[in-house]
Amino acid sequence: MLNNNEKAHHNGQSSRLPRKRFYRARAHSNPLSDSHFPIPISPSEVDYAQHFPHFFPPEMCDQDKCDAPIPKVRFADIGCGFGGLLVSLSTLFPDALMIGMELRDKVSEYVKERILALRASNPGQYENISVVRTNSMKYIPNYFEKGQLSKMFFLFPDPHFKEKNHRRRVISIQLLDEYAYALEVGGIIYTITDVEELGDWMRTCLENHPLFEAIPEEELEADPVVELLTSATEEGQKVARNGGQTFKAIFRRIAFKE
Amino acid sequence: MEEVQLGEEDIDKATEVAPALISVHPFEKSVVVALGSELRVFDLEGDCSISLSDDSGGPGHSDSIRAICFDASGRLFASAGDDKLVKIWMADSWCCIRIVCADKRVSAVAISHDGSFVVFADKFGVVWVVSLDGDGESQALCAKKPMPILGHYCSIITTLKFSPDGRFVASADRDFKIRVTIFPRDPLKGAHEIQSFCLGHTDFVSCLAFVCPSDYPLGFLLSGSGDSTVRLWDFSSGCLLATCEALESNETDKGNHPAVTDISSSADGALIVVSIQSFHGVMLLNCNFSAKSLSVAKVVSMKGSYVPTSLCVSSLAKHLWTVMGASNQPSSGTTQLARVRVCSISRQDGEDDLLVLEDNDTPGGEKLLSKLQGSSDVTEIESMLVSTTSALNSAIHNLLTKKQYSSEKREFRKKNRNDRKQKQ
Repeated sequence: MLNNNEKAHHNGQSSRLPRKRFYRARAHSNPLSDSHFPIPISPSEVDYAQHFPHFFPPEMCDQDKCDAPIPKVRFADIGCGFGGLLVSLSTLFPDALMIGMELRDKVSEYVKERILALRASNPGQYENISVVRTNSMKYIPNYFEKGQLSKMFFLFPDPHFKEKNHRRRVISIQLLDEYAYALEVGGIIYTITDVEELGDWMRTCLENHPLFEAIPEEELEADPVVELLTSATEEGQKVARNGGQTFKAIFRRIAFKE
Repeated sequence: MEEVQLGEEDIDKATEVAPALISVHPFEKSVVVALGSELRVFDLEGDCSISLSDDSGGPGHSDSIRAICFDASGRLFASAGDDKLVKIWMADSWCCIRIVCADKRVSAVAISHDGSFVVFADKFGVVWVVSLDGDGESQALCAKKPMPILGHYCSIITTLKFSPDGRFVASADRDFKIRVTIFPRDPLKGAHEIQSFCLGHTDFVSCLAFVCPSDYPLGFLLSGSGDSTVRLWDFSSGCLLATCEALESNETDKGNHPAVTDISSSADGALIVVSIQSFHGVMLLNCNFSAKSLSVAKVVSMKGSYVPTSLCVSSLAKHLWTVMGASNQPSSGTTQLARVRVCSISRQDGEDDLLVLEDNDTPGGEKLLSKLQGSSDVTEIESMLVSTTSALNSAIHNLLTKKQYSSEKREFRKKNRNDRKQKQ
C-alpha cells in the first residue's frame, strides 16, 4: 500500500492520490514551539524552482537571458490543512502562483503528495500550487516581499479557546501588521470560522487595524473565491454536513490614512 | 551537545548574568555605567560623581539593568531591566521623573527624537510606548499606561533604535530579524505600518546603529549579529547592501562564531566601532557608502584581557567610551567592579583613528574611573573580570541562541509535558 505513495516522490510517476489515513495528525499544533524545519533567510532565498518546476524551467536560472518578469507567489493559504482550498483555486486562477503554509509535518507531507499526484494525472494543471511546512506566525516576512500577495486565506484557524492561549491565535492586531506588510494595497484577506467567538475576535481585530477595511457585501457576492471558503475545504465540508454556521470576515488592505 | 549536560538551574543562573553597559551624553556632559542593578553616573562638566535619587529611594533598579540610553538632545535618560521597571531621568538634575511598570522583564529601551515618547521592549517580543508629555493632571490617566505598539511574535527583542529623523523605529530580535517600522505621530494607537524587514543575518541580531552620511540624508542602518558579521542596510527597502565578516579567515575553521556584541558610530557614519565576544579591544570599520562596501579598517587591541561588553560614541565624536563587566560577581558586600577604557578619536586625512588613553589621560581622570569602575585598582579589577568572561559568553548564547535538541531529547521533553490541569 505504502509503496505507491513512495513512487509518487519520483516526479509523480504514480497518479494515485495519497490516503489520508496514513497522514492523520492531531488538529492542534503549537505555534510557539521553536522550529526544526529549514527557513529561508529572506524571500530571495525561497526555492521557486523546487515548488513550481513548470514555471521555473532550468533555462530560466540563467538570469541574463531572462527578460520576462519573474513570477511570484500571489496567494497564500495560511494553515492550508489537507490542501482543499489550494486545489480549488488552482484551476480558477491557473496563472497565479499559490502556496499553502502548514505547521504540521504529516499534513504538509500529505499536501505535497496530493499535488504531485494531481499533476501526474492532469498534465499541465496544478503546477501553480505548492505547500511549505513552516510557522507562518513567525516567518511570513521570510517568504514574502512587501506587497507581494494579492490574497491571503485563514480558513478555520485554531480557536485556542482559553483566554491565556488567545495570544496563539493566528489573527491578532500584532500579526496583522505582518500580514498587511505581505499584502499589496488593495489585496484581500479572507477569514472564516465555525466558532462564533473566534469569528467576532477576528472581525474586531480587522476592524480595529488601521490598514484594513471591510469589503461591502455587493463586492463579496461578485467574488468567486468567497463561495470556496465554505465548500472547498475538508473543514468547511464537515461544518456544512453538521449543519453548522460559519462566520466570515473579509477585508481589504488599504493605505494608511492619518 | 552541551545543552544536554547543563541542568535547567544552571541555564537559569547563566542567563541572569547581565553585561555592564555604558552610555555617554550626546554632548559628553556625563557618562553612565550600568552594572547589575546599579546606575553609576559621573558628571564630566562638573567633574564630580552623582548620586541618584528617585521617589522610591533606590539608587537605580532592584534587579539587573538591561538597557540604558540618552535621548538625542541629551535632556533625558532612560534605564530599564529585569525588575520590570523603566525609569526616566532628567539628564541635568538626575531626578527620576517617571517610573513605568512593565508586565515582563525589559530587554531594550529607546527615546523618541523629540523626547516625548519612550519605547521599550520586553522579553516576549512586544514593544510598548509611553508618553512623557504633560505629566500634569489634565492628561488622561490612560495616557500614562504603556500601550503595545508592535511585536516580534514570541521572540526576544535585543535592541530598539530610532532613526535620526525620528520617523522610523528599528527593532531587532533573536530570530535573525530586523523590523523597521514607521513611527506615527500618535504612537499610542500602535505602529502598524512596517517599512521593511532587513533579513539576511543567520543568527540573532544583537545591536543596531543608524548612520546618516552627508551625501545620503535618508541614512542607512548597521547591524551586528551572533553570526559574526556586521551588515549595512538600506532600511527603506530592507535591502542588504554590504556584509563585513568580523572574523579573521583563519578563525572560522574553529567552527565557533564569536558574536558581535555592540556597535556604535558617529552620526555621519565616518567612524564605526564594534565589540566582539572574546576579542580583546575593538574593531574600526570603514564604510564606503557610495561603493556600498563595509570592511574592517583597523583592529584596536586593548591590553589586559579587555573584552568590552558595551560601547558608546557621543554625538560630538570626540571619544569612544567602553566598559567591561558583568553582574554575577561573587558579592561579599563589596562593590561590583567594572573596567572602563576610553579612546580619543582623531580624524586625519578624512579617516578616523582611535587612540587608547591611559587612565590618567581619561576625561574625568581617576575620579571618573573610581566612580564608574567601583575601584581604581586596575589589577584587582582585571583579575576579577577574567573569571566573569566565560559566564558572560554562555549567558549571551543561552539567552539568544535557539536550543538545538537532539530528537531523543525532544521526545523526552514532550513526554514530560503535562497538558492536564496543574495539580496545585
